[in-house]
Amino acid sequence: MGLTSQSTGASVLTNDLVIEHSSDEKIIALAGNPNVGKSTVFNALTGLNQHTGNWPGKTVASAQGKYRHKDRSFILVDIPGTYSLMANSVEEEIARDFICFGEADACVVVADATCLERNLNLVLQTLEISPNVVVCVNLMDEARRKKISIDLEGLSRELGVPVIGTSARSGKGLDNLMDAVYELAFRNASSLQESAAACLQINYGEAVEEAIAVLEPAVKKILAGRLNSRWLALRLIEGDISLLESMRKYLNLDLLNDDNIRDNLAKARQILDETGIETNSLRDMIVSCIIKKAEEISKKTIFYLNQHYNSTDRKIDKILTSRIFGIPIMIALLGLIFWITITGANYPSSLLANLLFSLEEKLTLLFTWAGAPDWLHGLLVLGCYRTLAWVVSVMLPPMAIFFPLFTLLEDLGYLPRVAFNLDNYFKKACAHGKQSLTMCMGFGCNAAGIIGCRIIDSPRERLIAILTNNFVPCNGRFPTLIAIISMFFVGMAAGPMQSVLSTIILTGVIVLGVIMTLLTSRFLSKTILKGLPSSFTLELPPYRRPQIGKIIVRSIFDRTLFVLGRAVMVAAPAGIIIWIMANINIAGSSLLSHCAGFLDPFARLIGLDGYILMAFILGFPANEIVVPIIIMSYMATGSLLELDSLSQLKELLLDNGWSWLTAICMMLFCLMHWPCSTSCLTIKKESGSWKWTGLAFIIPTLAGIVICFLVASFARMLD
Amino acid sequence: MENKLIPLNCLPIGKKARVKELKSDGPIRRRMLDLGLITDTVIEALQRSPSGEPVAYAIRGAVIALRSEESSKILVEAL
Ligand SMILES: Nc1nc2c(ncn2[C@@H]2O[C@H](COP(=O)(O)OP(=O)(O)O)[C@@H](O)[C@H]2O)c(=O)[nH]1
Ligand SMILES: [Mg+2]
Repeated sequence: MGLTSQSTGASVLTNDLVIEHSSDEKIIALAGNPNVGKSTVFNALTGLNQHTGNWPGKTVASAQGKYRHKDRSFILVDIPGTYSLMANSVEEEIARDFICFGEADACVVVADATCLERNLNLVLQTLEISPNVVVCVNLMDEARRKKISIDLEGLSRELGVPVIGTSARSGKGLDNLMDAVYELAFRNASSLQESAAACLQINYGEAVEEAIAVLEPAVKKILAGRLNSRWLALRLIEGDISLLESMRKYLNLDLLNDDNIRDNLAKARQILDETGIETNSLRDMIVSCIIKKAEEISKKTIFYLNQHYNSTDRKIDKILTSRIFGIPIMIALLGLIFWITITGANYPSSLLANLLFSLEEKLTLLFTWAGAPDWLHGLLVLGCYRTLAWVVSVMLPPMAIFFPLFTLLEDLGYLPRVAFNLDNYFKKACAHGKQSLTMCMGFGCNAAGIIGCRIIDSPRERLIAILTNNFVPCNGRFPTLIAIISMFFVGMAAGPMQSVLSTIILTGVIVLGVIMTLLTSRFLSKTILKGLPSSFTLELPPYRRPQIGKIIVRSIFDRTLFVLGRAVMVAAPAGIIIWIMANINIAGSSLLSHCAGFLDPFARLIGLDGYILMAFILGFPANEIVVPIIIMSYMATGSLLELDSLSQLKELLLDNGWSWLTAICMMLFCLMHWPCSTSCLTIKKESGSWKWTGLAFIIPTLAGIVICFLVASFARMLD
Repeated sequence: MENKLIPLNCLPIGKKARVKELKSDGPIRRRMLDLGLITDTVIEALQRSPSGEPVAYAIRGAVIALRSEESSKILVEAL
């Protein structure tokens, strides 16, 4: 959900297959269907923290990491999950290219023990390309729970490659897996040949086999051992254009330029023509043969001791996606998370504020004692430290509570159900059903949500998802919303009612964001991004038991602290800038009030004031610092110096002319304004153009300005 | 005794059917094949989304949601 240094860092490879390694390091590819635990295996072996989550499409970019086993080094590459290697989508192409041209020494195909038959499809396809495969049957614990028994040895005999059972999350079986990989990567030439011979080969029927036999020798000659010639011959007959392109790109080989191949290809095609097999039905035949083989193997090796092993999941689905309760439950769950966040953050927030501001007094004493000049104390303590203190005390508690809760839903497997519930609305907006998944990621961080849009194949729908992601308030904006709600809207209610009311308002704001997303998506589909919704299939994975302890540790360490770190890095310099602006006087008043004064007339039109608008502008690097900047600005101009609680904060705001209208417009503008700088850069990277980045900037900003203007004008009319 | 072929989206919830023909083509056809929807695959309609669409189906041990655009192009024989 969130963004970490790993998911944005240099370790991510996208289209470039070349992996830097020394000669004694072995490269191991990690392939498999989506959501089978590849990233979990990857993390367990490398000690890194790729994001995992119980929904297909969590990993959209490959990542690599190292591990050592028996004094040897291995580089593990986590490639995006795919159902097939037939290159029907970008991910499939990446996966296929990596397996074909990535020069991996071995390939681990991770499979889901609870859905092994479907997974075997990919295993069989991989075996056709390379015999250097270890099959890792993961989620053995879940299979046991569902009383599915798997004959791993039998499976290994059938496939002709090692098969290892694992429960990656608890680390079971990983040693065996590493042993098997080790053996595969370091075996000698003769055993290599032996294993190639042992490896299962699928028979495609007389005519196809004959056609392959005609073409294969010519292909073999030109390949000189670089790829599996039988597999490639079949792809040529089938007319796989994307593979030809990849061969050109990575091997600098243009197969169709070779006369020998062209002639034999024509002959092979003729054989098929004569038996009445055309290209389209050939593809069907190939896929059917593979699937039937998978079916045959699973009949022999998988035993369902309980035929109704999925019935609990079905019962839960009947409730969570039911006609009447599906959407109310969804909103209620969201509300529950908010309620826990708001209620839970309250106390630690004030505790942190007390602590940090008492520390400020100590710092001030220290500065006085050391005889530091006033301006230095102002700059560092009143500027830098105070902004930091606000960011930490206001932002940290809600984040630390919200992240784990959301991750919990994610690990349970609830997110795909959200996509299932909402798909029809997205279809009506001519958008992709998986857009709701990218929105869910946006809750954590919009930049992560934008990267997540890669799960959407159709470029048009992906762009729509990217352009509208900012309508979901990220973790940097939540606390702002929460703070304003608790100050301005629930003052009259007391006790538990107060947080319930806050929750309802916050949920309303989020729903508004969803509605804006849908409206904007539809608008884009009817104007600059015209088109019909593309095809869509969504897997609803089985519910899985989350590991609560791990979730808490993980979300605090690699998400909360990362996001907070970023906020702090921005907040400190921003605090200094504000302090300087407030203390440089030009023509009788400070630079700060000059700037705010300049913005003020426009800001008033949309129900804000100059300081607020300036805070949003200065908050471009990170939304987290908007509220602290507002506070700093008001304090710099006013006389108030002590400020360590939300009620005092409210007084400060009221002193500076805030009304409930200001609060509403502030929340609306917080929901709808330009994306932060990180998001903008991510949009540029993902869409490849400044034009779309500009649009992504303008759309929410315009929406915010128009809506705030309407609300403000309407409210003033009533007055 | 040959049953009548119906498009998958007309299969009532809770009923099983056998896939007989795929009418889609291009990438969508390939995607359906990759999910294991070849001739004679048994498929069960599990659950409708709150707004009626998409519908979740049990296909070879996995649960896959399909919109009617796709499922109407899969002809099945109800069991
Ligand atoms: N019970 C159980 N859950 C697992 C196991 N391995 C992975 N998971 C969970 O399965 C989900 C998908 O894992 P992930 O690594 O993201 O899959 P990927 O999409 O293949 O990379 C996550 O929620 C994991 O916590 C396992 O061995 N047992
Ligand atoms: Mg993954």
